[in-house]
Amino acid sequence: MQAPPLRPQTDPPAPVREPESLPELRSPRRIRWIRRRRALARFWKEYRKSGMGMAGLIILVLFLAMALFAIFGDDAGVDPSRTFGPVLAPPSRDYPFGTNDLGISVLTLVVQGSKISLLVGLTATVLSMTIGAAVGVIAGYRGGGVDNLLMRVTDFGLVLPWLALAIVLASLIGQSLGAIILVIGVTSWPATARLVRAQVLSIRERPYIERAKALGGSNTHMIVRHVLPNAMPVILANTILTIAIAILSETALSFLGLGDPTKPSWGTILEDAFSAGATTLGAWWWIAAPGVCITLVVLAFTMCGFAMDEIINPRLKNR
Amino acid sequence: MSEILTLDDVRITYQTSSGGVPAVRGVDMAVQTGEVLGLAGESGCGKSTIAGAILRLLPPKTKIEGSIVLEGENVLEMKPGRLRAVRWTGASIVFQGAMHALNPVQRIGDQIAEAITVHQQAGEKEARVRVGSLLEQVGLPTRRMRDYPHELSGGQKQRVMIAMALACSPALVIADEPTTALDVMVQAQVLRLMKELQRDLGVSMIFITHDLSVLVETSDRLAIMYAGKIVEEGPAETVFHTPQHPYTEALAAAFPEIGDQRFRRKPLGLGGDPPDPAAVPSGCSFHPRCPKAFEECPVIEPELYPAGEGRRAACLLVPAEKPRTEARV
Repeated sequence: MQAPPLRPQTDPPAPVREPESLPELRSPRRIRWIRRRRALARFWKEYRKSGMGMAGLIILVLFLAMALFAIFGDDAGVDPSRTFGPVLAPPSRDYPFGTNDLGISVLTLVVQGSKISLLVGLTATVLSMTIGAAVGVIAGYRGGGVDNLLMRVTDFGLVLPWLALAIVLASLIGQSLGAIILVIGVTSWPATARLVRAQVLSIRERPYIERAKALGGSNTHMIVRHVLPNAMPVILANTILTIAIAILSETALSFLGLGDPTKPSWGTILEDAFSAGATTLGAWWWIAAPGVCITLVVLAFTMCGFAMDEIINPRLKNR
Repeated sequence: MSEILTLDDVRITYQTSSGGVPAVRGVDMAVQTGEVLGLAGESGCGKSTIAGAILRLLPPKTKIEGSIVLEGENVLEMKPGRLRAVRWTGASIVFQGAMHALNPVQRIGDQIAEAITVHQQAGEKEARVRVGSLLEQVGLPTRRMRDYPHELSGGQKQRVMIAMALACSPALVIADEPTTALDVMVQAQVLRLMKELQRDLGVSMIFITHDLSVLVETSDRLAIMYAGKIVEEGPAETVFHTPQHPYTEALAAAFPEIGDQRFRRKPLGLGGDPPDPAAVPSGCSFHPRCPKAFEECPVIEPELYPAGEGRRAACLLVPAEKPRTEARV
């Protein structure tokens, strides 16, 4: 149907007013930019009030710097194959975190491991969130039989002992970084799917969804344009918390010897220490250094997640 | 004049866990090209259900019988693809509560353009130009298209909803209580705007509200609903000023007039509650609340009897009073 002009007597519809025609006013794009910057500043101001969030952020920045140093830094200093010293030396000025049974500086190992641990944690999270959000949105939006089927699959994923499933999968797929990411990604989405579904169930009943339906929008149109953008805060807040879990999962799998031996992560260091008998040898530094790193990073992500959750979801503020 | 929308013996039954609830119980209705039909009644009488049925927006399990013919096509027999194409281009809706019918995370310009691009009536660029002119038509500056819904007032949001309803140049606009959440001044502005646009564009309109005084100003014809049925219809002015059905009379009397002694102490109104749609009274469904009810009312179910020029009313008193009515007209 060709749209007839609404006001037949007037000339063609007025073109969108360009910023140039209003030199005394700031252009809309600039206003928008200022508004965005202000919104971000507001978020930052709120965030800064949270001591927990700031502590987490500082720790994360330090570890991120460490990982970047491992990626781009001077090889001679951090390459594990070249940094030899006395075997199983306790922490000293030359080797702040001591050395392992091959005489490699534990500090070097930890710095190298940070890059793998963070990389696996982040990519596995992206995979997990994608699957979880897709399942949650489809289940919540379609409802009925589709919802039932998807939720039973999700329940199955939730009740299955995670570690057992991950071990079986990892031994099936093989030992590589990609395999570890895949294993963590496909085993950690059910909780996200549940969360997203709950949110979508509430969004689905909002009047603008009915409006979009009356507009003649298809299901895909409504999910992409209206459901997903409104479910995004929940998905994002959940992402930060999932990263912590993913890093922990990677450590567990590597500790069990399912990781990629050529790309040592913190979990791999722990495994080496364990199998070399670091505990009986009294080499506490070999275990403590990666252990503290894992604890700190996971804690930091969790703290940031909570702090952001509090800002995005003001109802939590008084807890 | 041709009929743009014809409802023939429409019966709508909602399915609930405790069985079917008939919300609309046999409605015949027609809207002529360029006409404004006012649909009035208490909450729960089935007004909005009819609005939803025209675009098939009711819950999937709802049973709809009869026929709803929009521009020569029966909406109830359309395939999903055809239905999506007809939505908004054949008939559009101005929803009640504009504040919730706009997506909070999208610019209003994008939301108006959404209607145009969904139906591929224009590309992105053309759509923006059209959005600009639509906004001007409803009295908002073009640059407002970059605003988010929370940056607009209630009246402005309702203007956006009106612009959106006109985006695809539909033949019929259904206004479902468009002024409910607005204060009286803004309500008057929005009503004036809608009336002007309707006259300028020549679209047909169904105006749904419980505010009879609003309908008299905006509508050509009035249909009064009670418990899922039309109890009276006819030209707006005459229905309001000389009601034939006791229910219409009660509705019309509920609006106080300044200076009228009868309204000095207390407003005139109607006692009792609207009937439960799941258990509608026998005979004339209005008889338990009707001041003029007599012994036959609970037994005989009245049809719409002719009641003067272009008027019909479903009351047993109407056929008897007919001479008096004609004298009055």
